[in-house]
Amino acid sequence: MARITAGVASSHVPLLGVAHDFGKDRDDYFSPIFAGYDWTRQWEKAEKPDVVVLVYNDHASAFDMKIIPTFAIGCGERYKPADEGWGPRKVPDVIGHPDLAWHIAQSLILDEFDMTIINEMDVDHGLTVPLSMMFGDVPEWPCKVIPLAVNVVTYPPPSGNRCWALGEAIARAVASFPEDLNVQVWGTGGMSHQLQGPRAGLINAEWDNDFLDGLIGDTDRLRHIPHIEYLRETGSEGIEMVMWLIMRGALGKRTAALHRHYHVPCSNTAIGHMVLRPDNGEGLDMTGSGHALAAE
Amino acid sequence: MTAPRDIHEYLAEMEDIPGTRVFTAARARQGYHLNQFAMSLMKPENRERWKADEAAYLEHWQLTPEQKAAVLARDYNALLDLGGNIYFLSKVFSTDGLSFLQAVSTMTGVSVEDYSAMMNAGGRSPVGQRSKKEAR
Repeated sequence: MARITAGVASSHVPLLGVAHDFGKDRDDYFSPIFAGYDWTRQWEKAEKPDVVVLVYNDHASAFDMKIIPTFAIGCGERYKPADEGWGPRKVPDVIGHPDLAWHIAQSLILDEFDMTIINEMDVDHGLTVPLSMMFGDVPEWPCKVIPLAVNVVTYPPPSGNRCWALGEAIARAVASFPEDLNVQVWGTGGMSHQLQGPRAGLINAEWDNDFLDGLIGDTDRLRHIPHIEYLRETGSEGIEMVMWLIMRGALGKRTAALHRHYHVPCSNTAIGHMVLRPDNGEGLDMTGSGHALAAE
Repeated sequence: MTAPRDIHEYLAEMEDIPGTRVFTAARARQGYHLNQFAMSLMKPENRERWKADEAAYLEHWQLTPEQKAAVLARDYNALLDLGGNIYFLSKVFSTDGLSFLQAVSTMTGVSVEDYSAMMNAGGRSPVGQRSKKEAR
């Protein structure tokens, strides 16, 4: 049986991709940001996920204003990095897992989540930057990826509650897939940032850290935050954090935090990153990676 | 549940954020062709045509005269008022070779150096920036 072994949350600021691609990731500006991912890169090498369900938002790359799906799942074989106006990132193509993706898509629709199916698209920084942050400079990504794109650009985006419930449905879908697969769910975007207007540059470290706290343990208080609170407290682009709630919802009733990182700024944005383990009754450390790290 | 009880109240609140144009359906409709124009700059051959003659390139798009003037002037606050969305507009400033930080700073009324210094000092505080009507 496939099982969800961990959840990862991370910002996906495009400048991180630039820093990574041009070897600036250890300079004075970026070093404090990338240092917070060193733990995770080691941990991922021990975890060896087979598949990552990567929740992200497209930034006017694959989707323009012609069609705006609220929730869309990538069921294709492979995806190329998008040309976002400055040429595509020179990172590996993203390889899909159509068997599991179609299984999740069908299960979600039967579970009353009316998904859009994507067979072909390019993937932008929202998806490739988290891969670079978690895996570094690699000739190919070490796992298959199922892109799950959420509309957080055109209002209204889905509610936090709906995102959390979608995560719960993804967990049910993964659990009914017969192949033995180690699956992680990643939620990306955020944290507080505003990229527009005279209020641009807004950062709310106190709110962000309270949000990080709310991902841990058995509370589900975050699912009830309304859109207007994200707008008021975290800037116009902070709404991306609803995507983290899909990841959190997929981890079940209780989580433990394995790793946590927060840094201001990266460009216009507060960087947040967290690694969570679901408590599914089988013990928190299902792959033994915690022991592997402790032994190093 | 977190569903708003009243869509009119929900939409009214979106207009209560200081210095912000939330990309609502009304703005998405107003800016449809503007954003689709910006989207076209994802193709390298279109970027070349755009750089060669911006005004001629814009003739192919159903933009209003105000939208065209704001695009040519790179007046991003005006473009937000006319239905532009920052992720679409980013195709314009990326083609100009500007980073998000450089382009975003032009909307704030301070120099890129001062904006950058504000970010490095922890960003803009939400205090006084949460609500127009409640001034908090």
